[in-house]
Amino acid sequence: MADRSAAERNDTHGTPDASLLAPADNRLWRTAGRIASPIAIIALWQIASLSGLLSPRILAAPTEIAITAGRLIASGELVTGLVVSFLRVSAGFSIAVVIGIALALTSGLSRLGEAIIDPPIQMLKAMPFLGLLPLFILWFGIGEAPKIGLVAFGAIFPIYLTLHGGIRSIDKKLIETSQVLELGTIGIIRHIVIPGALPSLLVGIRYGLSVAWLSLVVGEQINASSGIGYIITYARDFLQTDVIVVCLLVYAIMGLLTDGLVRGIEAYALRWRPQVIA
Amino acid sequence: MNALVDIRRLRRSFGGPAVLDGIDLKIAQGEFVALLGRSGSGKSTLLRVLAGLDTAPAQKLEIPARRSVVFQEPRLLPWKSVIENVALGARKPDARALAGAALADVSLSHRRDAWPLTLSGGEAQRASLARALVRSPDLLLLDEPFAALDALTRLRMHDLVFDLWRKHHPAILLVTHDVWEAVALADRILVLDQGRFSHEIRVDIEHPRRRGDPQASLIETGLLRELGVELSHV
Repeated sequence: MADRSAAERNDTHGTPDASLLAPADNRLWRTAGRIASPIAIIALWQIASLSGLLSPRILAAPTEIAITAGRLIASGELVTGLVVSFLRVSAGFSIAVVIGIALALTSGLSRLGEAIIDPPIQMLKAMPFLGLLPLFILWFGIGEAPKIGLVAFGAIFPIYLTLHGGIRSIDKKLIETSQVLELGTIGIIRHIVIPGALPSLLVGIRYGLSVAWLSLVVGEQINASSGIGYIITYARDFLQTDVIVVCLLVYAIMGLLTDGLVRGIEAYALRWRPQVIA
Repeated sequence: MNALVDIRRLRRSFGGPAVLDGIDLKIAQGEFVALLGRSGSGKSTLLRVLAGLDTAPAQKLEIPARRSVVFQEPRLLPWKSVIENVALGARKPDARALAGAALADVSLSHRRDAWPLTLSGGEAQRASLARALVRSPDLLLLDEPFAALDALTRLRMHDLVFDLWRKHHPAILLVTHDVWEAVALADRILVLDQGRFSHEIRVDIEHPRRRGDPQASLIETGLLRELGVELSHV
């Protein structure tokens, strides 16, 4: 018991927790305070819209946005767009995971691999990858390929970098122990390297996912004829700020949901860590 | 003497002066040898050579193929349960059954499905001991295995190691800086100083050996002096 609370105190992995600084009975007030502020902002926004201070051409009223959201869901427009966008992220991100892991394993496990792979990746990483969009359009046209390509390209880096770092930071003493146990190279990769680097990889996957959604938002602004980005482009032409806000909210929700999915995987795969066992 | 370990003129240096300066070492089958020495005397280097983790030139280097090591830290894989960790030592079809038996040997059956990070220091070290024993080694190398444990747990571990040695009878090389630990357990004690054995003593006292036993105290004081510690109150 004492060990576990000590581990929790040392836990720097979770979200920063204000309760560390405040007694427990303050927590309720803090939660209330955290909710109160956004509610107040939305209320002010609504008042500004109703009084005519905030024109719907600049930003639609919260109630208007809620009604539009209901309408878009009911018409099926939003769901159709969402499915298309989701498939783009899935395709691009899957490519990124496969390539990122393959590159990181090669460069993490062999010095030659690292010498070949690491320098060019570090150079490409320095480039603002969203700026590559014009090139992607020239190379891949304006269909699905540049959108999926942009998602994949952006997400490779966090996956590669975290997994590579994770492999390199594996406890040398465990490698030594596995030599004593005569596990062999494959055994070492299977029993030590992969599980040992998994925490880092999962962080990279979560970060990569947020990059993937960001890339999609940018990619979908270009000549999309379907997907959430298409709905936004269409709405922009007709000054429908309510539709644009609804679509942005959908992006945010999708980002949160996919992140939650990975967190769920994390909680299961890393259940050996004291702070996850709880 | 049927030597299990037979080393002659072993030398190891890391650039500077030799850490091991032409060492001869024989260990018989089933013999319990303790290796004492100040820090930096080359104890761990010698153990690493015996474990096969380090190579060094020697005139003769006979080491049994079946050997296991218990380090100062338990070195369990945190992502495998206790029994999976122990089974990793066996690597046979019936590894899990063997691991279960090894855990029973160290009285840790009740924690078989626990995660290593939830174990106490003593429990983790017992699991590590089980992982070494499950390989049924001819030579068991113990590298200051109890140094990080509290005094009470350490005494209990001494009894456990002694019982396991009686039961399975591997040859043991125990590297330690705890003089009493060496006197309490070993058949023979070697003192390593500046890369050479400076002292060797047989301990022919009945087990269990008690602290304060005059014969044991005499050996203990002699060893301490050998290590450069003068006890004014003895």
